[in-house]
Parts: sequence; C-alpha cells; structure tokens
Amino acid sequence: MSKTILEIKNLHAGVEGKQILKGVSLSIGAGEVHAVMGPNGSGKSTLAAVLAGRDGYDITGGEVIYNGHDLIDLDPEERAREGLFLAFQYPVEIPGVNSTYFLKAALNEIRKAKGQPELDAIEFLNVVKEKVKLLDLSEDLLKRSVNEGFSGGEKKRAEIFQMAILEPKLAILDETDSGLDIDALKVVSEGVNKLKTKENAQLVITHYQRLLNYIVPDFVHVLVDGRIVKSGGKELALELEAKGYDWILKAA
Amino acid sequence: MPTATDTIEDLVKTEYKYGFVTDLETESAPPGLSEDTIRLISRKKNEPEWLTDWRLKAYRYWLTLEEPTWPKVHHEKIDYQDIVYFSQPKPNKNAPKSLDEVDPKLLETYEKLGIPLRERERLAGVAVDAIFDSVSVGTTYKKSLAEKGIIFCSFSEAVQEHPELVKKYLGMVVPYTDNFFGALNSAVFTDGSFCYIPKGVRCPMELSTYFRINAAKSGQFERTLIVADEGASVSYLEGCTAPMRDENQLHAAVVELIALDNAEIKYSTVQNWYPGDENGVGGIYNFVTKRGLCKGKNSKISWTQVETGSAITWKYPSCILLGDNSKGEFYSVAVVNNYQQADTGTKMVHIGKNTKSTIVSKGISAGKGQNSYRGLVEIKKSAANARNFSQCDSMLIGNKCGAHTFPYIEVKNTTASVEHEATTSKIGEDQIFYCNQRGLATQDAVNMIVNGFCKEVFKELPMEFAVEAQKLLGVSLEGSVG
Ligand SMILES: Nc1ncnc2c1ncn2[C@@H]1O[C@H](COP(=O)(O)OP(=O)(O)OP(=O)(O)O)[C@@H](O)[C@H]1O
Ligand SMILES: [Mg+2]
Repeated sequence: MSKTILEIKNLHAGVEGKQILKGVSLSIGAGEVHAVMGPNGSGKSTLAAVLAGRDGYDITGGEVIYNGHDLIDLDPEERAREGLFLAFQYPVEIPGVNSTYFLKAALNEIRKAKGQPELDAIEFLNVVKEKVKLLDLSEDLLKRSVNEGFSGGEKKRAEIFQMAILEPKLAILDETDSGLDIDALKVVSEGVNKLKTKENAQLVITHYQRLLNYIVPDFVHVLVDGRIVKSGGKELALELEAKGYDWILKAA
Repeated sequence: MPTATDTIEDLVKTEYKYGFVTDLETESAPPGLSEDTIRLISRKKNEPEWLTDWRLKAYRYWLTLEEPTWPKVHHEKIDYQDIVYFSQPKPNKNAPKSLDEVDPKLLETYEKLGIPLRERERLAGVAVDAIFDSVSVGTTYKKSLAEKGIIFCSFSEAVQEHPELVKKYLGMVVPYTDNFFGALNSAVFTDGSFCYIPKGVRCPMELSTYFRINAAKSGQFERTLIVADEGASVSYLEGCTAPMRDENQLHAAVVELIALDNAEIKYSTVQNWYPGDENGVGGIYNFVTKRGLCKGKNSKISWTQVETGSAITWKYPSCILLGDNSKGEFYSVAVVNNYQQADTGTKMVHIGKNTKSTIVSKGISAGKGQNSYRGLVEIKKSAANARNFSQCDSMLIGNKCGAHTFPYIEVKNTTASVEHEATTSKIGEDQIFYCNQRGLATQDAVNMIVNGFCKEVFKELPMEFAVEAQKLLGVSLEGSVG
C-alpha cells in the first residue's frame, strides 16, 4: 500500500449554522487519482474549501490528517506551502496584479517553506517557459493581471498552469472541466496527467464522466447530501452517467 | 476558526515609524494669533513691508470667515489661540546660511527619515529643501541648479533674494481670499519652498521638499510657489512626517503652481503625517490648498499624490486650465485606516479651448476610516472642445469603514466631453483566500491587491518615490485584515 497523503475521518463541517458535510471519510495515497462526484449542492466545493482552509467554515467533528499531521489547525497559506493546491471552481480576478509577479511570489513562498532558495526573475521565467509548453497556454495571459478579463476556459487553464508551476503534493481540482471546450478539455487533462507522479495525488471534483475519460481515476466517490454514499473504481462513474444519482440513493 | 470580521478587528494596528521627537532647543512665539503675532513673524523673517501688509490683510479677511463645515470630516473645534505659529530651532535667528550651520541633530533627524541632506550622500539627483517645523534648514544642489538659472530655495530666502518674483506670483493662484485655511496660511506662513525655472530650461533633476513637524503645539504653515516660465519643465516631490503626539496638530499649507506657455510642472506628494493612534488620538490635521494655474498655452500641470498619513486630510490639488490646449492631471491614492478621515479630490476648471483633464482617484478605506472623493469638473463657456475623463475607484477593507464620492460636474459649453466612471469594491475575502491558497500570507495578499488597485497612480510617480509609496501603503494597512 502506498504512503497516505490525506486521511479524512468522519469530517463534519458547516457554514453559518448549516451542516453541509455530515461525516465524510476518505483516504488518498501517493500516486493516486480520486474523483468525487455528486449532485449540485451535495457539498463537493465545501469539502474542497474546508481542506484548503477557507475562513468561515465550522469544523464540528472528525479530523483531517495531511502529510502525517493535523491539517485543520494550519492557516490556508501554510497548507499551500506544504503542497496543498486547490484549482478553484470560480477563480477570482485580481486587477492590477501581474500574473507572472503573482506566481513568482507564490512559488517563492513555497520554496522558502521548503528551505529552498528563492528564484529571481530570470530563473523564474525559465521555469515558466518550460511549463508553458506543457499546457499549450498563451504566454500573453501571463502578462495580464491575475485572471482579469480571462474567459471561463482561460481561467481554468490558468489554474492548471499555476498547478504546474507550484508542483503540489495534493491537487484538488474543483470542476476544472466546466467551461472548457472539448479541445481545451484535452489539453488541460493531458497537462494534469503529465503532472502526476508517484509522490503526489489528485482529487478531481466533477459532474461528468467525460473528464474521467481523460483523467482516469483510481477511485470514484459519490457524495450525496454531505456523505460519501458509495465508492468504487472508474467504472462507477460510467454507471452513474447511465443511471443517475437516484439509483445510488435507492441502493444505499 | 475565527471569522474574517473578527480577525480584521484584531489586526487593525498600525505602527508609525517616524514618530520620534528630535530634542532641539527651539525658539517659539507664545501660542495665539493676533496682528502682533503676524508682525512678529514678519519681523523675524526680516520681510519687506508689502509682505507684512499682505499678511495683515489676509489676517483681517480671515477674521471674517467661518471654518468650513462642508468637508465630510469630524473633529473637535480647533482653538486657533492655542497654536504656536512660529517655532524654529535655536540658535539661528534666520535660516542657516549653509548646511554646516545646521544643527547636527537636525541632520540626524533627516537621515533617520531617509533623506540625507548632504550632497555627498546623495545617490540620486534629487535636490532637497527641508522644512523643519516652520523653518527651511537647507537646500541641496543649489549651486548646480543656479548654473542653469534655476532658483530653488526656501521661501524666506526667495523673499530676500528675489522679491520681485515673489511679489509677482504670490497669491496669483490662491489669493488670500480663497478659503479659510488659505487665508490663515497667508497670514502666518513661516516658510516653504520657492522654485523658478527660467524660459526653456528643463530642470535636470527632481526637486524635493521634505516637511517635518517637530515642536509640540506648533502648527505648520508653509507656502510653496513654483513657477515654470515659457517652455520650462520641472518635476517636484514633496514628503512629510511628524512625531507621534497625543494632541492634534494643524498643518495648513498652500502650494501654488504656475505654468506659462508650453511649460510643464509635475508635482508628486507622498504624505505621511502622523495619523494618530489606533483609537484616533492625536495626529495631524492636514488642511491644505494646492492649486496650479496653466496660464500659458500648451502648458501642463500634473498632480500625483499618495496620502497615507494625517488624522484628517482635507485637500484638493486643482488645475485652472486657462491657456488654450493646456492639460491638467490628478492621480491620487488616499488611504485611511483606524479613525483617519480623508476628504480629498480635485477641481479641474476648463477655461481655455481644447483643454484636457484627467482624474484618477483611488480611495482605500480600512479600520474605521472614512474616505471621500470630492471633485469638480467645470467647463466654462469659453472652453470649446474641452475634454475630461474621471475615474474614481474606492476599495473597502473590512466593514466598519466608509467610502463616499461627491463628483460635481458643471458644463457650460456644448462641445465639451466629460466622462465619469466610479466603482466601489470590497477587498474580497475570496481574493485574499485565493492568494492564501497560493502560499501568500494575508498581509502580503492585501498589499498585493491594494497595490494592484493603485497601479495606475503609482506608475505616475518617479521611480524612487513609487517604491517608497508602495512600502508606505503596506505600513499604513498593516494589520488591516486578518
Ligand atoms: N456560505 C454559505 N452559506 C450558506 N450556505 C452555503 C454556503 N456555502 C455553501 N452553502 C450551501 O452548502 C451546500 C453545498 O454547497 P457546495 O458548493 O459545497 O456544493 P457543490 O457540491 O460543490 O455543488 P455544485 O455541484 O453546484 O458545485 C449548498 O446547499 C450551498 O447552498
Ligand atoms: Mg461546487
């Protein structure tokens, strides 16, 4: 069995008094790709937000172990520096902040935390050049402000580009496929696949089996009303696509 | 996990690093304002009679005025009899003749502030005039400027050495009848900077004035007059700091800029007067009148200001676009945190044909700060084809602060075009979280987001100043978000 990167045990979480996650358990090992599927409003983005440490969520029960220690007490930036990356469902725009500058600052924070020397502008640009090829991303986007005026698809691509630069240990992709056309979907998926190693792991949130044709998961989990009601291999996604969520609910 | 709002409150703490007091012997007039005080100031400065008379006229006019109440700021009534109107470092009765005569402690103060006065220590080509309390303490680079015919000296010195220029231009743009604080300044101003760029000369270096209030209870009333003759150009920088004191201190300056035909003046300010503590105690009242006159055709005046300090800021650097084809610009970043209040903006008065003005204002409010943009774009009947573009953006950090916009537009010529855009945004928790998620600490995220917001203004600042302004912004907003 591979080394465990993330262990979620009976996690309960809510927001403003509303219980959203009602006992989620999930274990992710190095080298694995997990998919989480589930109907709208079932708590998928909430799970991602809680894992990334977003403010405003109350953890009311359970625990999360990341890299062998408790995750919940860490600030979001500490989690990020330890290699936890969230590709947002809705990436925000930061007007006036140059994308390259932003990414360099981010990478250097992560490097500092690892005890590595910071990269200067030239060294960073070399890293960028290398990764630009990987994702077939127009370099123009990097000259613009962070996500500002990017199309929906460009934003998603830019997220994966950030992932490529930051080389996370655990990447959580929240509906990265939504808003992508077929060609972009291929490019992004190929990028994600190239970023996969034996040391890292990916948690892919999606509604569509389509994405999983490209990013092939080792495990599929079905989240309904804040609980994982079924887990299985990649064929579970196909079954869901054919039968819908009702089938699971009835079976459960 | 704490909520964002809690942490915002926790962290609204700002350190003011310029808050030290220099222990100098000073010679001060007793507090209070009367014709005698004004005569004393004028005598101390060995002024010609016309100037004494001008001051007295201003004073008598001031007595008929009421302090304005229209700015959206609140403060206890100012007791004008409790202010010291004249304070200067001993023993020099007059401003020192050379830097060697300047008290070493004073020089040390400036070095602490990062303004080395001594020319040999100057790295960049910035000529500095420094005003300490009310007296100018030395002007660097004077000689090399003089070779080009440029006059850059303290106001007092200009009165002695170039009375004809002072007499010609003083009050041309801001007459003593202009407003309450302008009149007060005209009556009691003690020093300031004077700058004259002769015809056709491009000033080869940035000129700079540094203002410092040191003495307790003293007000600072400086007067700056910059004249760019035909075809001349100059870039001028102004910086200011003050010690931390519990009482409020009044700073009521007047700046007049005059650009003749084809002349250009760029005036940049980084204002960092002591803002008061996190409970709103102390801090400078910065009630300033700044105005430029584009007197000649094709002239241009550009104001750039970064306002981070002062308990209350009340200032509207303005342009009167008299000459045909003249241009006025106003780029502003105003930051309020804790209990700071700012009511700032500009007036662009279009009189000449084809005159153009640009206004870019960025207001940032944090803590319990209140930030108002107040601007007037006035197109007179004579101003055919006048153009104005205004953009006023406000950013809120936390939910106890306020942003207000008061744009006034008066158009009397139908060929004019006036465009106004305004936005208000809250610094998004989602933006901060996004940055956090990429490994950036919250304070760094805020700085980055705010600097991005201010980018259009910062790019107008001279390089060195832009770097300082960015740092200052960081310090001002330290702890404004959790
Ligand atoms: N800040 C909030 N305040 C109140 N309710 C919230 C908040 N955030 C999420 N919710 C609710 O929690 C539930 C789960 O939301 P979440 O975004 O996690 O769903 P999701 O599974 O990602 O859905 P989708 O597939 O539509 O992206 C929803 O009912 C949502 O309305
Ligand atoms: Mg979602």
